[in-house]
Amino acid sequence: MANFFQEIKVLYHKLGSPRYFYELSSYWILPLTSLCTLLIIIGVIGGLAVAPSDYQQGDVFRIIYVHVPAAILSQSAYMLIAVAGFIALVWRMKMAAMVARAAMLLGASFALLTLVTGAIWGKPTWGTWWLWGDARLMSSLLLLFLYMGIIALRESFSDEQAGIRASSFLAIIGLVNIPVIKYSVLWWNSLHQPATLKLTEKPAMQMEMLWPLLLMIVAFYCFFALMLILRVRNEILQNESNSKWLKELLAEEGK
Amino acid sequence: MSDSTSFTKIFLAQIKRDLLLGVVKRNEWLNPIVFLVLVQTLFPLALGGSPDLLENIAPAIIWVSALLATLVSLESLFRDDFEDGSMEQMLISASPFYVFTFAKIICHWLLSGLPLVLICPLLAMSFGIKPDVLPVMLLSLLLATPVLCCISALASALTLNARRGGVLLSLIVLPLYVPVLVFATGALSQAAIGVSPAGALYMLAALFIFALSATPFVLSAALKLSLSDA
Repeated sequence: MANFFQEIKVLYHKLGSPRYFYELSSYWILPLTSLCTLLIIIGVIGGLAVAPSDYQQGDVFRIIYVHVPAAILSQSAYMLIAVAGFIALVWRMKMAAMVARAAMLLGASFALLTLVTGAIWGKPTWGTWWLWGDARLMSSLLLLFLYMGIIALRESFSDEQAGIRASSFLAIIGLVNIPVIKYSVLWWNSLHQPATLKLTEKPAMQMEMLWPLLLMIVAFYCFFALMLILRVRNEILQNESNSKWLKELLAEEGK
Repeated sequence: MSDSTSFTKIFLAQIKRDLLLGVVKRNEWLNPIVFLVLVQTLFPLALGGSPDLLENIAPAIIWVSALLATLVSLESLFRDDFEDGSMEQMLISASPFYVFTFAKIICHWLLSGLPLVLICPLLAMSFGIKPDVLPVMLLSLLLATPVLCCISALASALTLNARRGGVLLSLIVLPLYVPVLVFATGALSQAAIGVSPAGALYMLAALFIFALSATPFVLSAALKLSLSDA
């Protein structure tokens, strides 16, 4: 067991080197792409064809298979930015800064996707695209604003690395605030309007409905990891374009 | 013992210096008040001036304009010290940096938070808020404005090296203000309908204590980051 942790530690430190990451990650892309595609195909078939339609919402509920994974990912991505940002700030690890930077726009897109699919789902079920009175909608919107804040801060620096550091710092402050924001908004909702619509309460799901959802969540995680790796590789190409190893590697590949 | 007395001395000297500079510059504490009164004048004009409506939404008007008013003096908070090099002197001096940042937060509140606390009840009375709600309003302002000052000081420290202008500061600061807004207006509307606002005020007090005890350290880390990247 001790050996295992030792190996993980060594791998972690090795991954801190752009060169090692670039070479190693080239072996991950194909398996990850196939796994992601497979899971999405099975999940979509399961969600759209196999799962029975909801007794109240009919077929409309099937958007859950995009909406919920996107919502989960938008929060996980924020966590990743804060953790990677913390590593980048404390140990000045180059790779961590690249990961934090790459995850920002991805996380923001998932947050946007959550809001859009939520609105599409809301129209037929609650009769409106948007409810200003609902706590969940508010906290998702605020999460999108937090993302916009860190991206705007990152973009307003002339020195790119300084921008990443400042926005990572902001992401960490935001991470402390996310639970506070979430619970304050819940509290605000319960104060001003009693829950007339039980839209946030999940009914106990049937197994046939649940397994495609779980598959889709895993598939979204794989998709996120794949996109993250591709973006980080792009950043390595940009940042290390003058380094010898990269030139040699690209010459080998004939590019 | 000698250490702590010298910390106190430096802390007080720093507060004295910043207050002096702020009072002399005048626009640092005057601008937020003018802005606040301006924004609050616009609401009755937009809403048609019906007294009943105004009384109902007065807490919201007052709090939203107070939040916006804290943004006014934000950009200049650390700018001068940063540009003329005095911040570097504070950083390399013998006493810890958080003594200075704590003094900075206190001064920032005295100059741009306290005026808001003093003027808001006055404006609230003009909106026709019931007199028994006023103490709650004053208490919520006293507890909440230091939290706002802490958050805005952090944002100001992080944007020192950034290109200025646009909505950058508002975009960073306003989402973080949400809990304060929720609890403060919650306390006011509870008091207005005769329910005890203690719960919301306790939450505000918790935020207040947390912000004041954590921010000096976080703020000094943020300023060090900006100084090292400058």
